[in-house]
Amino acid sequence: MKRFSTMLGAAMVLLATSTAALSARTDLVLGVVLEPPHLDPTAGAAAAIDEIVYANIFEGLTRIGPSGQVMPALAESWEISEDGKTYTFHLREGVTFHDGTTFDAEDVKFTLERAMAEDSTNAQKSLFAAIETVEVVDAATVTVKLAHPQGSFLYNMGWGDAVIVAPESELENREKPVGTGPFKFHRWAKGSAVTLVANPDYWGEPVALEKVEFRFIPDAAASVTALLSGDVHAFSNMQAGDALPQIEADPRFKVVIGSTEGETILAMNNGKAPFDDIRVRKAISHALDREEIILGATAGNGVPIGSHFSPANEAYVDLTGTYPHDLDKAKELLAEAGLADGFSATLKLPPPPYARDGGEIIASQLREIGIQLEIVPMEWAQWLEQVFSNKDYDLTVISHTEPNDIEIYARDDYYFNYDNPELKSVMAELDRTADPAKRNELYGQAQRIIAEDAVNGFLFQLPKTGVWDARIEGLWENSPIQANDLTKVRWTE
Amino acid sequence: MIAFLAKRLAVGFATLLASSVIVFFVLEVLPGDPARIMLGMNASPETLAALRLEMGLDRPIPIRYLDWIMGLAIGDFGRSYTYSSTVMDLILERLGVSLPLAVIALTLSTLIAIPVGVFAAARRGRAADTITMGAAQVGVAIPNFWFALLLIYVFAVGLRLVPAGGFPGWGETLADNWQALKALILPAVALALPQAAILARVTRSAMVDVMGEDYIRTARAKGMPHRTVLWRHALRNALIPVLTIMGLQFAFLLAGTIIIENVFYLPGLGRLIFQAIIQRDLIVVEGVLMLLVATIILINLAVDICYALIDPRLRLSR
Repeated sequence: MKRFSTMLGAAMVLLATSTAALSARTDLVLGVVLEPPHLDPTAGAAAAIDEIVYANIFEGLTRIGPSGQVMPALAESWEISEDGKTYTFHLREGVTFHDGTTFDAEDVKFTLERAMAEDSTNAQKSLFAAIETVEVVDAATVTVKLAHPQGSFLYNMGWGDAVIVAPESELENREKPVGTGPFKFHRWAKGSAVTLVANPDYWGEPVALEKVEFRFIPDAAASVTALLSGDVHAFSNMQAGDALPQIEADPRFKVVIGSTEGETILAMNNGKAPFDDIRVRKAISHALDREEIILGATAGNGVPIGSHFSPANEAYVDLTGTYPHDLDKAKELLAEAGLADGFSATLKLPPPPYARDGGEIIASQLREIGIQLEIVPMEWAQWLEQVFSNKDYDLTVISHTEPNDIEIYARDDYYFNYDNPELKSVMAELDRTADPAKRNELYGQAQRIIAEDAVNGFLFQLPKTGVWDARIEGLWENSPIQANDLTKVRWTE
Repeated sequence: MIAFLAKRLAVGFATLLASSVIVFFVLEVLPGDPARIMLGMNASPETLAALRLEMGLDRPIPIRYLDWIMGLAIGDFGRSYTYSSTVMDLILERLGVSLPLAVIALTLSTLIAIPVGVFAAARRGRAADTITMGAAQVGVAIPNFWFALLLIYVFAVGLRLVPAGGFPGWGETLADNWQALKALILPAVALALPQAAILARVTRSAMVDVMGEDYIRTARAKGMPHRTVLWRHALRNALIPVLTIMGLQFAFLLAGTIIIENVFYLPGLGRLIFQAIIQRDLIVVEGVLMLLVATIILINLAVDICYALIDPRLRLSR
């Protein structure tokens, strides 16, 4: 009898493992750090919104792919007029929203006009600034007329802020998002998780996952234990800290270091003495030792940058050698500026670890050339108000995570207080240029101008630490936009 | 008794009103603009203005206070700036975690602390007393987040008996609710043990005081069994300071558990306040704080009533 039960037990184990091998898992728990305030990407800037809904629930006319390229989404194809001012989009037919209403040209018109409207609360309203009119030709064709040619228009339409929403569900999207994507919203347990389920009526390639849970884990230590205990299967960007070597050594997990669009800079108040003097800014740039900062702030995973541009972008120009680490040169420049004895200033630091850790290293590096920095740690709200809105600061460390955002240097009244007509004309020309080669050249010029002006101390591109169960494939290695596109994710066993 | 209750209620109401003024005005002077936080660094000034108008942030502070306090009077806590739901709904949702957690933790800590305290007091000065009180001292000294991590490593990562954190929410079926309860076990233990240590020490010292009273000697002299003297006469009289501490602990457990909620990433009231402060969702912070003030006032009232029940002298003198 005993032997029989042993055999039965063995058979059951065998059966259990073989069924598991036959049908791979179809559920996924993904850990994310921040809970979004709501789930409407067209009415808020929080990256946490796009991290859940982009490409999963909502789709735009175009979409951004894993390497930052523009791909067709709800627009199957498009034509651009000779003068570059008229875009004709051919929409996919037979697409329905999750509530059953059909998607057509009227929805596109509604979405774009809503984003452009006077009372719009779209956080990236500038994406739509060039649009003059949106016309419905027939149910599957839309014509968008621009005030001037805009090279980045198709890219802009791929942002999470430009996804297509329906007039029927517009107001509910904050709590119960209704899109056209391969996943449907299921439940939002506030403070805990958002759950999505596969959309059986999806127009495109069906997804492998049946059920996806985005679990909010703000605490770094808790994210490590959640991973180790198997509660969470993947973190597309994990704050693992000191536990990363332990996870890397564990064969159950895969650690993938990728890149983000986050240019991390030592921002300087160009409108305030002594930082209004280019010699002082150059001196600071010479005094910074990027390698040491990258090691301390990102465990060596950040990629050095010499201007405000992502190395992953094809228009990238390597300018890291513009102001090499050279203390003598730095002291010389300070002396030229009449500050041979150095000076004191404040360094205001927002909460992320890269800023707090990086800031301390920067303070000790600048001390070498006689600049005494007082470190002022700040919480996020305070930083946004004092530094970003009121420009009441000397220096700060921050990562600019929006993709392709070099145009911020051409903005009036931006917190850098930087004003260079030459850069403004380059950016204006870029905005009107559609030819890719010409655009890359203009991007190169812009990178060189701000690097040479030493507007800010350019430090590194923020890395993305992807950690997931080794049996999962299809998660993005890099994050050209802030999103967790799960459409290609599957369990291999 | 009715006059006593009425007086306590009036004092409680005045406290509530005074704290509403403090809570509202102190929070409103905090730097940080909720609209800016929601829209991020790329937002244009017009978008910001549009959102501020939508959130009603363009009106002067005193008007907003009056609006808010009138709302409170009829049970309307307002609408969250960041979440698109009412503050009341948010609070109720979070109470679904915080209330059971606090009740379980307090029950656990009481079940451990009172027997231990009585036991130590009965053996005052002997080895058993020294050992239990030494252990309690360690319990007071251990930070609860560290103890929580230890529990996670042993029971979640190692033995995989319970989840390492999170809360699946209360469900319809028994199995769902069991999953939810399971998620609360470790946090409740992590919260209860340090509380139990404190409560055990309070119980012991109160018992030691009472054991020296004349009526205990009398009870013993008339030949009452040791156990009866201890549990019926001594403990009942020692309960007043114990109840006071329990009242304070319950209030703490309800909202002061931010750290434990972070370690276990539980969606409780503590996390709600924490998140709301970071996002400058002031109306939520104000609502939760008022609820807590009200709870503490009510708990104190309940404790006072318990005193009166335990000790008839208090009933008559007021």
